[in-house]
Amino acid sequence: MALLEVNEMTQYFGGLCAVSEFSVALDEGQMVALIGPNGAGKTTVFNLVSGFYKPTRGEILFKGQSIKGLKPHQVTARGIARTFQNIRLWFDMTVLDNIRIAQHHALGYGLLDCFLRTPRYMQRERDIEDHAMELLSRLGLGEVAHEFPKNLPYGVQRLVEIARALSTRPALLMLDEPAAGLNSSDVEGLIKLIADIHKDFGLAIWMIEHQMDVVMSLCSWIKVIDFGATIAEGSPEEIQNNPEVIKAYLGDDTI
Amino acid sequence: MKRLTVPALLALLLAVLLWACMSGALNAYWQSVILFMGVNIILSSSLNIINGNMGEFSCGHAGFMAVGAYVSSLLSVALFTKSAVFGEPLLSPDLAVWLFPLVLLAGALAASVVGLLVAIPSFKTRGDYLAIITIAAAYIVKSTIENIGVIGGARGFMGMGGVMNAMTATANLPWIMIWVFVGTVFSVWLIRRFIYSTFGKGVDAISQDEIAAEIMSVDTDRVKLVAFMVSCGLAGLAGGLFAHILGYVNPGTFTILKSTEIMVMVYLGGMGSLSGSVLAAILMTLLIEYLRDAFGYINTFLHYISVIPDSYEVTQVWKWVLIPLLLVLLMQFRPEGIMGRRELADVFPGLRKFYKFKG
Repeated sequence: MALLEVNEMTQYFGGLCAVSEFSVALDEGQMVALIGPNGAGKTTVFNLVSGFYKPTRGEILFKGQSIKGLKPHQVTARGIARTFQNIRLWFDMTVLDNIRIAQHHALGYGLLDCFLRTPRYMQRERDIEDHAMELLSRLGLGEVAHEFPKNLPYGVQRLVEIARALSTRPALLMLDEPAAGLNSSDVEGLIKLIADIHKDFGLAIWMIEHQMDVVMSLCSWIKVIDFGATIAEGSPEEIQNNPEVIKAYLGDDTI
Repeated sequence: MKRLTVPALLALLLAVLLWACMSGALNAYWQSVILFMGVNIILSSSLNIINGNMGEFSCGHAGFMAVGAYVSSLLSVALFTKSAVFGEPLLSPDLAVWLFPLVLLAGALAASVVGLLVAIPSFKTRGDYLAIITIAAAYIVKSTIENIGVIGGARGFMGMGGVMNAMTATANLPWIMIWVFVGTVFSVWLIRRFIYSTFGKGVDAISQDEIAAEIMSVDTDRVKLVAFMVSCGLAGLAGGLFAHILGYVNPGTFTILKSTEIMVMVYLGGMGSLSGSVLAAILMTLLIEYLRDAFGYINTFLHYISVIPDSYEVTQVWKWVLIPLLLVLLMQFRPEGIMGRRELADVFPGLRKFYKFKG
C-alpha cells in the first residue's frame, strides 16, 4: 500500500482548471519530485494535499485513509508536513518557539493543565522542548535556538523552516522549492541535508524544485506537470530526454 | 528561594494595603483609585491577549465587562441581601464572605460564554471586519441590559453595597480591597500561564502568520476560541469587581468610550507585553485621576486669562477628548507603546536574578 495515493484530483478556481486529474502514488521512504514551468499548478497540488483547498474532484488517501476535506492542522496531525515557497516562519518569536509550536497537535494537555501547571503539563512541556532542541542540534541550528528568524540569513531561515516541518513528526515531508533563493554553495549543503534527513528520519519526501541539480541528485522519480495536467513521469534520465518536457520548458516554436 | 520572591512581595503588598485601609492611612479617595487600578489591570491585560498577542482588534471589551458586572451583581444581591428586585436574600448574608468568589466566577463564565458572540465569527473573519463585529457585540449587550426593565434598564441596578456591608458585618476587613487584589493577581497569573505555554504561544503564531499556524498543526479555531473566552471571561471578572466597588451599575458606563479607555492602556503598554499592560493600566489610572484635578486648574486658568467665555466651564467631559487624542498621538509617534513586544525582564535582564516562576 502506498503511503500517499492521489487519484484523479481536479481543482477548478472558477472556470480555470488549475489541476486536472492529477494522480500520484508515493511509497514510504521514497523521494519524488514534482516539476513544471511557472504557473503549472505545482504549489496548488501541494495546497490540495495539505488541506489548504478541498479538491473539486478526486481522492487523496494517506496511509490508506481519505484525508480529503480535512483541515490543514488535521492533515499535519496525520503525518504530512510541508514548507513554503516563500518562507513563512513566525519571524517575531525565537527559533525554539517556532519549533515548539509546530508540535501543537501532540500537546497532550488541556487548558486546565496549562493554568494549574500539572505534572503532566510540566512533563509534556519538557518533552516538547527536548524534542525541539534535539532537532535543532541535529540540523546544526543549536546555536540560533534563541535568535529571532527575522535576524537570520536567508539560507538559515530555510533550514529553520525544514526543522519546523520535521518537528511535527511527519511520515511525508513536502518541500516547496527548498533551494529557491540559495546560492550554489548553500544548494550543495541543502542537497546533503535533504539526503541526510531522508536517511535519518526514514521519511518520504516530495519536493517541488526548479534547480535540476537538486532534483537529479536526490529524486528517484520525477513527475512533470504543465497547465495542471501531467505531461511526463519517470526516472531522472528519462525525464531529461523527454521531448514533451523540453517543449513545455522551452516552447515548441522553432526560430 | 527565588520562586518565593514574587509571592512574598505580593503578600507584603496586600498586608500593607490592608493596614493602610484599616488604619486610615489611605483615605477613601485613594482607596478607590487603587481599586480602579486593579480593575484596569485586569481589563488591559485581558484585552492584550486579543489586541496584542492575537493581533486582532476588539473594541467591545466593555460589553463583556458589562455582562460580568450584571451577572455577578444580580447573583450577589439575590443571594446575600434584601432588595426591592429579589426580596429576601436566598442565603444567609454570613455566607457572602465565602461565596463571593464563586459569584465573581459566575460573572466571568457568563462573560466568556457571551464572548462566543465574537469568538465564532473570528474563525472566518479577520481584521477590520472582526473589529466591527466586536462593536456590534458590545452594543447587543448594552441594549439588552437597557431593555430589561426588571433589573433597572437604563437606570441601572444597585444593592451591591448591601453585600459588601454583609461581609463587613461578618468580619471587619476592607473586603473589596481584598477581592480586587486577589482578582488582579489571579488574572495576571492566569494570563501569564496561558501565554507562556506552548498552547498559548499558538495565539502569537496566529497573529504572525495564520496560514502557517494552521498548516503547522495549530488548530487555529480552537486556539482563537480559547483566547477569546479567556479574555472575555476576565473582562467579566473585572466587571464584577467594578460593580461591587461602586455598589451600582449602569449600562451607560459600558460604552465604546470605556472600551477605548482599555484600548489606550493596551497600546500604551505595548501590544503583546503583559508587563506593559499592567504598567500602562497603573499609569492611566493615575493620569485619569490627575486630570480630574487638572481640568479644574485649567478651567480657572483659562477664565483668568479670559480666552473662554464666562458662561463656559471646562469640565470632566474633556477627558473624552483627551483620551482618544492620546491614542492618536500614541499611534503616530510610538505605535509600539512603552514596552514594545518585550516584558519587564527583557528590558531589565538583571531582574531575573531575583525571581523565578514555575516553568
